[in-house]
Amino acid sequence: MTITKDDLIDFVYDEVRMLDEGRYDDWLNLWTDDGIYWMPLDWKQKDEVNETSLMYEDQFMLRLRVERLTGARTFSQKPKSRCHHVIQRPYVDKIDNDAAAFLVTTQMHYVETRLDDQFLLALTAQHELVLKDDALKIARKRVDILNCDAAFGNIQLLP
Amino acid sequence: MTTYRTKQDIEALVTPFQVHRDVYTSDEVYRLEMKHLFANSWVFVGHDSQTPNKGDYYTTQIGDQPVIQVRHSDGEVKVLHNRCPHKGTKIAIDRTGNTGKFFRCPYHAWSFKTDGCLLAIPLKKGYEGTGLDQTENGKGMKSVGAVMNYRGFIFARLADEGIGFEDYFGDSLSSFDNMIDRSPAGKLVVAGQPLRYMHRCNWKMLVENQTDTCHPMVAHESSAGTAVKIWEEMDQPEGAPKPPAMQIIAPFMSPYEFFEDMGIRTWPNGHGHTGVSHSIHSDYSEIPGYFEKMSEAYGEEKAKQILGENRHNTVYFPNIMIKGPIQQLRNFIPLGPDKTLVESWIYRLVDAPDELVARTAMYNRMINAPTSIVGHDDLEMYERAQEGLMSDGLEWVNIQRLYKDGEDFDTQAEENGTTERQMRNQFHAWTKFMTLSLPSEDALEAAE
Repeated sequence: MTITKDDLIDFVYDEVRMLDEGRYDDWLNLWTDDGIYWMPLDWKQKDEVNETSLMYEDQFMLRLRVERLTGARTFSQKPKSRCHHVIQRPYVDKIDNDAAAFLVTTQMHYVETRLDDQFLLALTAQHELVLKDDALKIARKRVDILNCDAAFGNIQLLP
Repeated sequence: MTTYRTKQDIEALVTPFQVHRDVYTSDEVYRLEMKHLFANSWVFVGHDSQTPNKGDYYTTQIGDQPVIQVRHSDGEVKVLHNRCPHKGTKIAIDRTGNTGKFFRCPYHAWSFKTDGCLLAIPLKKGYEGTGLDQTENGKGMKSVGAVMNYRGFIFARLADEGIGFEDYFGDSLSSFDNMIDRSPAGKLVVAGQPLRYMHRCNWKMLVENQTDTCHPMVAHESSAGTAVKIWEEMDQPEGAPKPPAMQIIAPFMSPYEFFEDMGIRTWPNGHGHTGVSHSIHSDYSEIPGYFEKMSEAYGEEKAKQILGENRHNTVYFPNIMIKGPIQQLRNFIPLGPDKTLVESWIYRLVDAPDELVARTAMYNRMINAPTSIVGHDDLEMYERAQEGLMSDGLEWVNIQRLYKDGEDFDTQAEENGTTERQMRNQFHAWTKFMTLSLPSEDALEAAE
């Protein structure tokens, strides 16, 4: 099968829709078994593990994060948060069908709300995608927050 | 209306096992803390590896006082008030930078040596005969009262006169020693940027929580309990490698007995730590090659002794906590009665394998980040408490667990790990350093 530019762009749109609609089981299925979600703490951070990152999460950690959201004693989610992504048309940086390796960069605004509070983050998400059993999967997602050096309150859902 | 003016007013807020809610909610008490408590005690500023070269500076604050940590031309670290003596403009705004041989105010170009001394003023003849040189402002940027560089960790006392560093910290420095000795070179270097996490609650709630051993299995059930549940569902064979989250987060679900047995030690002046015999950090996996490096540096026996100490959280009163076994320091910076900035720093052990700083960075992001599923529930508890304390139904906060009549906080003590003695110890010190420079009722009446 051949992946087109449209396939890659649709993939990113579908992913944020899953997050906004809280379809987390579908979302977890988008990942490879060793896929990593990285959110740097520092602007243009290069070293993800020997310095502090905001997130550097394997599939166990992402599953834990998602299952916790629906737990009976998840106090910080009583009441629950909601989120909303507004994305620009993704830049398709690499389509290599021979190697089944793809790179997509997307600028977006992320809004999260709970009770009377709402905040906005400007983000750049970079998806490294691969083909597994004829389906696109996320091997690595890097999310850079424009004001990563600012102090935040709780960021509870997934930008 | 001014409610709190005298030593007696402040003393009335703390009983042996209760604290009045105003210590968390009152703007007046907060102002007094900034003026007295944070001036009279030794407060953490930064690490000297943040300013390794001459002219390197780092801006932060002590209580509500903006300060600059700077490496002077003689190689010493100085701590200066970040304020131009002319019109008050902050001299340095960047969080870090290098200023060369002098600071220059961006407003009128007054310049200062890196120890604060006035260097030059443009068009200086305008001050001739005005007496500027007779004023305190004419001398330059003001230094804090006293500075101590303890094995790389910079502390300052704002007040010119007061308790010395050694008297203030005493034997509690053993936790810093253990953290630093874990480097085969006996040296730490700051690693990356700190997490910056904003809390809409009083800073003391965070400090108290550091030795609160009865909350992890309750408040963190949603993260630690779920981690354990998922791992069991995965039904892995015995001895299968556990994911990092199981090593870092799951121990928060340890039973009460674990925390009772680990013990709490308190020292005079409000310092203390959990994990006298063991802690949630005790069972971290060994890093290949590390013990060999430590043995080479210290000899096998001393190396075992250093690594056998697994203190959990050490509180250095008033507002930092360190974790020796993982080289983490958390700074609880008060920004108002109901606002606290938490900075969580990590350090690399010089000459130790990278896997150690990687584990420390992992702990920092998993537990203390604004994106942390553990931190989320802590913050939720603090903010609910800050809102709940506005209730007039009850005025006092209870810190009575394992309280005994006649507790003496001027001597070191080791007790059951679930005692709230360390919180009582902190409030004992709080009263001491708050009232040190407050007038007594009699003195105030006489003055009026």
